[in-house]
Amino acid sequence: MGKTLFDKVWDAHVINKIENGPDVLFIDRHFIHEVTSPVAFVGLKNRNLKVLFPDKTFATADHNTPTINQHLPIKDALSAQQVKTLEKNCNEHGIDFWGLGHKMNGIVHVIGPENGITQPGLTIVCGDSHTSTHGAFGAIAFGIGTSEVEMVLSCQSIMQQKPKKMRITIDGKLNNCVTPKDVAIYIISQLSSSGATGYFVEYAGDVFKSMSMEGRMTVCNLSIEMGARGGMIAPDEKTFEYLKGKEFSPKDQEWDSAIKSWSILKSDPDSIFDKEISFIASDIEPMITYGTNPGMAVPISKKIPHFNDSGSKSSFSKSLEYMNFKEGEVMLGKKIDYVFLGSCTNGRIEDFRSFAGLIKGKRKAENIDAWLVPGSHKVLKSIKDEGILEILESSGFKLREPGCSACLAMNDDKIPVGKYAVSTTNRNFEGRQGPGARTLLASPLVAAASAITGKITDPREII
Amino acid sequence: MAYDKFNIIKSKAVPLNIDNVDTDQIIPARYLKATERKGFGDNLFRDWRYDSNNEKIQDFPLNKKDYSGKILIAGKNFGCGSSREHAVWAIYDYGFRAVVSSFFADIFKNNCLNIGVLPVQISEGYLNELFNEIERDNDSLFEINLNNQSINIMSNGRSEKFNISKYKKENMMNGFDDIDYLIDRKEDIITFANKTS
Repeated sequence: MGKTLFDKVWDAHVINKIENGPDVLFIDRHFIHEVTSPVAFVGLKNRNLKVLFPDKTFATADHNTPTINQHLPIKDALSAQQVKTLEKNCNEHGIDFWGLGHKMNGIVHVIGPENGITQPGLTIVCGDSHTSTHGAFGAIAFGIGTSEVEMVLSCQSIMQQKPKKMRITIDGKLNNCVTPKDVAIYIISQLSSSGATGYFVEYAGDVFKSMSMEGRMTVCNLSIEMGARGGMIAPDEKTFEYLKGKEFSPKDQEWDSAIKSWSILKSDPDSIFDKEISFIASDIEPMITYGTNPGMAVPISKKIPHFNDSGSKSSFSKSLEYMNFKEGEVMLGKKIDYVFLGSCTNGRIEDFRSFAGLIKGKRKAENIDAWLVPGSHKVLKSIKDEGILEILESSGFKLREPGCSACLAMNDDKIPVGKYAVSTTNRNFEGRQGPGARTLLASPLVAAASAITGKITDPREII
Repeated sequence: MAYDKFNIIKSKAVPLNIDNVDTDQIIPARYLKATERKGFGDNLFRDWRYDSNNEKIQDFPLNKKDYSGKILIAGKNFGCGSSREHAVWAIYDYGFRAVVSSFFADIFKNNCLNIGVLPVQISEGYLNELFNEIERDNDSLFEINLNNQSINIMSNGRSEKFNISKYKKENMMNGFDDIDYLIDRKEDIITFANKTS
């Protein structure tokens, strides 16, 4: 029997198997940030351990950092302390640290791929659930807890039960204004926020083949939102093209042999998945969430559904009550207060191009506060170099500095209580973007259209 | 030894009959700024326990005097979302030693097992029995026996078995953790690394 892409990468990293227990899995790349690493370093100290392979770990500050005036000291004392602690830990253990102001700084899941650290066939972990992003390159990438961060720092491996395998195939051609974000939200809305728990997903079919690397990252990023440990896409010419010449990509002869070994990373025709699901591309419309988990989403032109017996009625009602929405209401035309473009889901250059393309020559609505936060300094630089900044500014938008920002509201970027934000992020949980904040997850195009009109707007009506 | 050994607990339980409780609810991101593992229990379910004026929200189960114990019983898909281990630290620090639900998110379950909180996954039918039992009598006792892999409603003897891998079970019963195991095998890991790179 053939092997799936997932099997090939996983099996190549198993150091040993424990009977009735997990596999010991070797980890090729480890990303750390200021929030989930400090306690792991305390653990190392308590056990008198060193970092085993410091050159396999990469550190950035992103989660709690400010997105204005990054040249000044961080005002919030606890955030400043966390970032300082990370810097100190990295210095002590010989780990590269890309702190604020560093040209490589940015959101952990943006900087890995854009610098070629993320490559096909690798195992990649980080104390952050959206590590699934890196699966876009045909890597096995998933989020871990702080105890596991300590394991990777000290032993470059973790112990994991091999997950089951699911393949999601979407064939056909996407409709106008339907972006990778809409594809991902559509899948989650069909499977629910726990529909892929216990599985590792491979995305296959025309839609993912024709998708850009950045689009693939958006889709893999959101795999965790249906409970999957991660998602992956077989590497192809697009993957190789994206990685060629990147700072950490293999060079010269090493590049040629890398291409050879990457080219065989695909599921064999006779490989078997524990679950196969398929959808049709033309069924997908621009999507938006109405509730408090990413599975509570509808096509933007549709109404909020009535409770349909999946899950508990009280949880469904609690969710709508939090959003101050009612069953059967129309989403289009609802007034909003904030628009957020950014995050590891949609903070890459392509997202800014797409946003700018729609708003060009139009004005931001008066009632909208818009926060536009690039995923990294490199993204920020491209925004300037490509003339996108001018387009944004002449339409009344301002650009902030890179970081996770209002995606999880650890810094000062918090959506105020009761306010509605159309957000290109990954979670619409209660209070995720600030206590009492009401999040509507959508694509950069929906965010752009809504920023222009001041209400939930179908981008197809604007373009 | 990394944490307390787990064998049998007999305790009352706190019910949280809500589905899809994500780790942002268990502990909001703004409380993740510590550099040491201390005091997280104070902020467990922060925004459900306290209103915007920091007043206790009286009808939230953790604030009700009727409910106490080392067992948290929650609706399905508990612990979804962020990988933050702080969520389990908060649960442990508050005083819970076991979380019972009909379904757990993967990363949350791993985090529980790594720090010595037992995730007990049971059928939806039995979960409803547990909620009904607490509603009938909030002083009702439950027994979780790790060695037998069972949970029992003491008043009526209704019990159900749960799964846990043999390896993790032995770890929990002895208070070992994965790092102990890996450190013992560091030579194998280095050999593997040299072979593949």
